[in-house]
Amino acid sequence: MNLHEFLAPAAETARRSGPRDKIVMSSRVRLARNVRNVAFPGWAKKPERVKVFERLRAAVEALPVMAEGFSESMENVSALDKQILVERHLISREHAAKGAGSGLVLSRDASFSVMINEEDHLRMQAIKPGFQFREAWAALDAVDTDLSGKLDYAFSPELGFLTACPTNVGTGIRVSAMLHLPGLVLHEQINPIIQSVNKLGLAVRGLYGEGTEALGNVFQVSNQMTLGESEVMILARLEKVVSQLLEHEENARAVLVEKKPKLLLNQIGRAYGVLANAHSVSSKEAMNLLSLLRLGIDLALFPGVGRELNDELFLLIQPAHLQQSRAEKLTGDERDLLRADLLRERLKSVRRPLDQPPALPPGDTLDIEPKA
Amino acid sequence: MLCCVCKKNEATVHLTQIANDKVQKVDLCESCAKEKGVNDPTGFSLADLLLGLGSGGELAPGLPAGENLACPRCGFTQADFKKTGRLGCAECYVTFKEGLTGLLKSMHKGSRHVGKTPPGVVPTVVTAAAPRTSKAGPAKGAGAKAEPAQPDAAQLVKALQAKLAKAIVAEDFEQAAKLRDEIKGLTVSPTQPASA
Repeated sequence: MNLHEFLAPAAETARRSGPRDKIVMSSRVRLARNVRNVAFPGWAKKPERVKVFERLRAAVEALPVMAEGFSESMENVSALDKQILVERHLISREHAAKGAGSGLVLSRDASFSVMINEEDHLRMQAIKPGFQFREAWAALDAVDTDLSGKLDYAFSPELGFLTACPTNVGTGIRVSAMLHLPGLVLHEQINPIIQSVNKLGLAVRGLYGEGTEALGNVFQVSNQMTLGESEVMILARLEKVVSQLLEHEENARAVLVEKKPKLLLNQIGRAYGVLANAHSVSSKEAMNLLSLLRLGIDLALFPGVGRELNDELFLLIQPAHLQQSRAEKLTGDERDLLRADLLRERLKSVRRPLDQPPALPPGDTLDIEPKA
Repeated sequence: MLCCVCKKNEATVHLTQIANDKVQKVDLCESCAKEKGVNDPTGFSLADLLLGLGSGGELAPGLPAGENLACPRCGFTQADFKKTGRLGCAECYVTFKEGLTGLLKSMHKGSRHVGKTPPGVVPTVVTAAAPRTSKAGPAKGAGAKAEPAQPDAAQLVKALQAKLAKAIVAEDFEQAAKLRDEIKGLTVSPTQPASA
């Protein structure tokens, strides 16, 4: 099946909502698993890798959750489609570089994805909108248990699930949340906060994982240790830290509104101005400006505009998503023009932001949803 | 002091990270520090550094078989690990057990798996491979005889509790705290099927 037809349009994925999704854009849990008596993908010779890929693919496709899913070997996925999958967080950048002997299986709604022969034989993830660690884990746990009945997992009672990289051994779990933290960035609190989160043994990364920039003020927080701590303990720890980050972000926004309203309004107004009027915008600039627009929507500065417009644009302006709409290969400069056209067009109906945040009744918090 | 990555130049950058009450120290020369992106304190963690290794991840500094040790199952060697930071196959955890013990300790919360044991999984026994080195010391000192493969969580908890009692008597509180956490992890986990 064609991937373009399979994946839900950006407008639809942007409408998916979950608890606290104003700040927690998504929750993810992934598990690393390997089978016994086969070398890890990075070390296996090609015939061995291809053989185990076929075996694993059949087992994963047979999962009830993968009914009507998408399944493909990476050699049959075009470079553009691979990039789209990366932009949707369905595969890693490392996996996008793979070819024959590696593959991908997606559930119909793409909330489950399984990378076969990435760094490990299996990298399975469950992704949910908003703050839903437990739900994501429960769903993935069931799938994993199901698979363990069919596959001979490499498991040791002492070291747990055995993985190619020793950093993942044990539970093989990585729990992560994607957080939108413009308040902490504008309030210049983000660096000390990242440092204190690091001290707790958690990693803070950019939008696309390891070694990437925090574009659009989006940060990924995840556990690093997998041995000596159960899945539930890791989940609980992450949950606690994310709750605290949420609170810090809410506070930072409240303080900005109260103490530095001009700074805030200036940033948001300028972001709107550029997004709605520019004729050339790079993806990096667009993401950073859309982050401010999103903040403006959260602060009810754009009456009648919902977050979903912003989130849809955030995806559509990514390089591969832009390219997707065109048959001919675009250069970077051409993409910048096309991106600006798209933004101007979509923001035509959005009126410029209010001159000040609407007054909130005493005791009310900023947590109210802007009315659609 | 020499840089622990290139082992050639004098170390001028000294890093200490405290995570979960565990102190990790790394000493780097200027060029290695730059290469590892250490001057950017935000996106940085020692575990990544120790592992992004290429060169930093000594598997086992005094391992008897040294560089020539190869995994009988997949032919992977310690030199390969240095290059890639990844292992060759599940069996490598047995082959390189001695060297890995210290590395795992430095990057994880504990040195023993706590958590899900999938039903129907026949455990790959890592324990039987080699006798524990004495320098692996305090963590497992109290329970010198290695735990036999024990998929039954209840029995594992019982064994851990016995170890915990011993550790308390021996006033090895560091070990006791670890055991307490392990037991907690085992008893709390709702994912643990009753009849694993």
